Amino acid sequence: MRYAETGYNLEIDLSRGNIEKVETDPKLTELHLGGLGTNAKILWDRVPADADPYSPENLLIFSAGLLGGTPAPGANRTIVSSFSPQTKLMAFSMMGGFFASELKHAGYDKIIIRGQSPSLVYLWINNNKVEIRDASHLQGKGTLETADIIRQELKEPNAQVASIGLAGENRVYFASIEQGKSSCSRQGMGGVMGDKRLKAIAVRGTKEINIARPAEFMEHCNDILKYVKFRSKNPLGMVEPIFEGLGAPQEMKLHDEKWHTTGFAWGNARTRRKDFWTEEVEKNWTETAEKTLERFLSCYNCPLSCGASVAYPGIPKYMMKCYSKLTYTMAAMSDLDFGYRINAKAQAYGVDGFTTPQSIAFAIELYEAGILTDKDLPGMPSDTEERFFWFLDKIAQREGIGDILANGTYWAAKQIGNGAEAYAHNNIKKHEQVPLKLGMLNPIYFLMYCTGEKIGINQIEGQFPQGPFPNREDREEFIKDWHHVPDEKFKQYFLDWNPRGENSNPYYPTVQMSCELVDWMERMHYIDDSLGMCAGLSSFPLKPAYHMHNYPEVISAAIGVDFDEDRLTKAARRNRTLVRAINNRRGLRRKDERPPEDHWRHRFPELETKLLDEYYKFRGFNNQGIPTKETLQALGLDYVAEDFEQRGIYDEQS
Amino acid sequence: MMSKVRKKVKSIKIDLNKCNGCKACEVICSSFHATPKYSSNNPARARIRLTRDPIRDVFVPVYAGEYTSAECMGRDKYVIDGKEYDECGFCRASCPSRGFFKEPDSGLPLKCDMCEENDPGQEPLCVQWCLADALTYEEREEEVEEEVKLSDIERGLKSLVDKHGLQNLLDTVVRMSQKS
Repeated sequence: MRYAETGYNLEIDLSRGNIEKVETDPKLTELHLGGLGTNAKILWDRVPADADPYSPENLLIFSAGLLGGTPAPGANRTIVSSFSPQTKLMAFSMMGGFFASELKHAGYDKIIIRGQSPSLVYLWINNNKVEIRDASHLQGKGTLETADIIRQELKEPNAQVASIGLAGENRVYFASIEQGKSSCSRQGMGGVMGDKRLKAIAVRGTKEINIARPAEFMEHCNDILKYVKFRSKNPLGMVEPIFEGLGAPQEMKLHDEKWHTTGFAWGNARTRRKDFWTEEVEKNWTETAEKTLERFLSCYNCPLSCGASVAYPGIPKYMMKCYSKLTYTMAAMSDLDFGYRINAKAQAYGVDGFTTPQSIAFAIELYEAGILTDKDLPGMPSDTEERFFWFLDKIAQREGIGDILANGTYWAAKQIGNGAEAYAHNNIKKHEQVPLKLGMLNPIYFLMYCTGEKIGINQIEGQFPQGPFPNREDREEFIKDWHHVPDEKFKQYFLDWNPRGENSNPYYPTVQMSCELVDWMERMHYIDDSLGMCAGLSSFPLKPAYHMHNYPEVISAAIGVDFDEDRLTKAARRNRTLVRAINNRRGLRRKDERPPEDHWRHRFPELETKLLDEYYKFRGFNNQGIPTKETLQALGLDYVAEDFEQRGIYDEQS
Repeated sequence: MMSKVRKKVKSIKIDLNKCNGCKACEVICSSFHATPKYSSNNPARARIRLTRDPIRDVFVPVYAGEYTSAECMGRDKYVIDGKEYDECGFCRASCPSRGFFKEPDSGLPLKCDMCEENDPGQEPLCVQWCLADALTYEEREEEVEEEVKLSDIERGLKSLVDKHGLQNLLDTVVRMSQKS
């Protein structure tokens, strides 16, 4: 018997309409855990290195994590992996919600979709019964509306539905997959789903998920809940309100938005407004939020309510989480009220809340600079808020200028030309970043921005404070109950880290320390993404519920295979290295690993070179950021080394 | 003559406004009632069922009550403060009119037992796992008339009498005793 996982994947070939249930190899669980790790293995094995993301040979994998659907609180993430139309690299977008657990209860760990359907269809998975159904009546329908219609026609109110909107159907490069309050937003997974002509997946499951060592496992689950309770009664203090608790940033509950609105950049990720947050703004925004938010919402089996239902008068109700309430607001230099209004439409179309507002702000800047003219933008309104709605429609419909902007700022700038490239300034590896422009380079963040395979800082950072605390007394207080550190030395690193003068950025933490810290952050994220655990209880917040010292026991008790810290660390490293190798095979090299040029005002070329050099060495990569043969062999990834040799990847001149 | 006795009444207070829809109650209920305990989980056989519809803002946890062999003659639908709830949305019966509160494999009825086999004095697990505090546990004592309790044999015989008549039953018992 398989524990925690089901041991079966569902293989769907949309070109032929073929459906198969395939047993998986338990050895892969021991090597890669599950979720992201086993997704990566499948993508390496089965998608040719030169496959176009928008082609039948690309795979789209919906996966639960290894712990997904078990009673482990917060193990609810769905890891969607494929190749991104925007970056052309491996994408692993994730969502919380109720999909992964339902899939597990239906008897599957993953749905692996290949091919391309001749017409728009949706997939209905009801335990052992799986059907590909016509979706022509759902064409152009909004994401939530689609889910609603499907549940009604199946007469199954408990079916969980992941769907795309018009943007996905039109293969917008930053289209999302939406599921209730959750979404896979980054890296264009909705576009890939649209390219496969798959409008939605509905799933209902009523089978068991088994646990290997029940009493032991339940004790750990109860400890986790006890800690969550403790933390909700005892906020950390010493840090900004947004970092005080567990969970995804508590954007729905928090009315104090000083940190985001004064620290992050407005417009096309350019303008800091350090004086923006006044008492009057706080009063207005609080009123807006209180009249609009109806209820705080959780994902499956998680006590933290990071999302909320939004009931804005005159607009169909929807759900929201995290930072998207501010991305449109700030890109349009507008207010919170606007954010709530436009998000309803953006979500119905199914588009990413980071890239979309940035692409629109980029277009407006190009217009102001005379690079786009009235001729390019027939019918564009004069008011900024109305413009945002207008551009949003055009992008989702891929109409006129929208067809160009629908590829994101990097590709749009190339197509528009005439100097437009300078306006697509906030990208890494062709993907739009958090709108953040800062002064002094932080060496840890430099490495995470450059080398993160997820290409989004919030998907790799966490745990270690984002900056030094001004007072040493506070630092001493902070490290007292910091048992989450994988190694005691990190406490000293933090204790000695000063905001300025001796031991401050950019030369402290030292290059070596920075590598070690990044290793810690990466390790936790790669474990979470393979277990299907929400980063909000683990890799993201300060002093999380799950950490390096309790994870091995939780995993071992659940799956009945013993993992200690070393073995778990090695699995995380194997997965991290395999994702890197997949991207190397698609052409990723050192030259691509750069932050946006204007991310920090103060840059240090020599130090930056050294940081990358040492990080690569630390990771067992060569000078081009490619895992060496020895590294791959030590991780049991010999087949990757052989492939690299055959392709001559090691022989390239750097 | 009936006498008065004191009876412990266990209740769970359900605050619909506090529910965040996480379904932890269903998860832990099904896990606790697995054999061996916690060895598997499956909300489909939980003895608590959450109706969750964020768009209508309907969040109703309902506990499994008695089994009924026949559905009611009619159905009810509550509207509270302008919000319309599901048909029979507050009913606890394991009823032929609907799919839930039945074991998914056997179809046998499920009934909440307040986790009575749990260590004495512990709150039901669903309450312990509801960190949103939508579920709280209360206990009180009530004075009730002592019931005349039928033994298991009496209960079984009574249903046979209802079905076949007392004389038939007597004849059968006599015949059976002669044979053995």
